[in-house]
Amino acid sequence: MPLTDVTTDIDNRTIVMTCDFPVSPERLWQVWADPRQLEQWWGPESHPATVTEHDLTPGGLVKYHMTGPDGQRFPGGWEVIAVEAPHRLEVRDFFADADGNPVESAPESRIVIEITATEDGSRMVNTSTWESVEAMQQVLDMGVIEGSSSAIGQLDALLAA
Amino acid sequence: MTPTDEKAANAFFHALSDSTRRDILRRVLAGEHSVTALAEHYPMSFAAVQKHVAVLERSGLVTKRRSGRESLASGDVEAVRAVATMLAEFEDVWRGRVEGIDALLARDDTTDGTS
Repeated sequence: MPLTDVTTDIDNRTIVMTCDFPVSPERLWQVWADPRQLEQWWGPESHPATVTEHDLTPGGLVKYHMTGPDGQRFPGGWEVIAVEAPHRLEVRDFFADADGNPVESAPESRIVIEITATEDGSRMVNTSTWESVEAMQQVLDMGVIEGSSSAIGQLDALLAA
Repeated sequence: MTPTDEKAANAFFHALSDSTRRDILRRVLAGEHSVTALAEHYPMSFAAVQKHVAVLERSGLVTKRRSGRESLASGDVEAVRAVATMLAEFEDVWRGRVEGIDALLARDDTTDGTS
C-alpha cells in the first residue's frame, strides 16, 4: 500500500498524508506536472478530470473540470504558490465557475506536496489545510466528493485514533 | 446545508480557534471538571476561563450542569465526532487519489522492478 500514514488534526483543520511509491522523485513529480497524467487520478473514478490549463509556475493557474455520470461538470483549479521540481509544490485549491475562474465565496484549501527520495523510491507528504471548518462543511454539502468513498470503512478506526 | 448546520459549523470553528479552549476541551472530554478546577491550569482570571467555557458551551462542544455552588463542564463526544467526520471525508477523497497515482505508476513498470 502506498499510503503509509494519515494524521488528522482537527484543531488546525489539517490532514497530513504520507505515501510511499516505488519510483524516483522525478517520476512521481510527473503525475503533478503532466496534465495528461494528472487527469488520470485527480477526479474520483465516477468523476474523471479534464485539465484545460496547466501553468506550473508561481502565480500560474491550473484549471480543470470533473464530469459526473450524468454529464454535470464540476470546475475547479489551483493557483500555484510555489514550485520546486521535483520536490515541492504548493497550491491554493479552489472551486471555479463555468469559465474556470475562482469563485471567491466558495471554500478553498491550501495543498503542500513534498516529495523526497527514499531507499525504495519516493515519499510524498501531502498537507491539506482548510481555512475553516465551515469551508470544509460547504465542500461536503456541494456533493462533489460523493462516489469517491472507497475506504469509508476506515472512518471508525480514524476517529478512534 | 440548513442555516442551523451552518451556524453549528461556525460555532465549532470559532470555539476551536483558541488554544486555551482546545486545552479546556481536551480536559473536559477526559472527564467532568468544575470551572474552578479548570481555572487553576491557566494564567488568567477565573472570569476569563469562565468565558472560554461559555464559548465552548454555546458551540455545543461542552455541556454544563450545576451541582450546588459548582459549575461542572464536560465535553460532548458526539459534537467532536461531527468535526472529525468532516475531516475524515476529505481524507477519503485523497485515499482515492493516492490509489489513482499508484495505479498510474504501476502501468509504466519500466522505472524499476518492484511492485
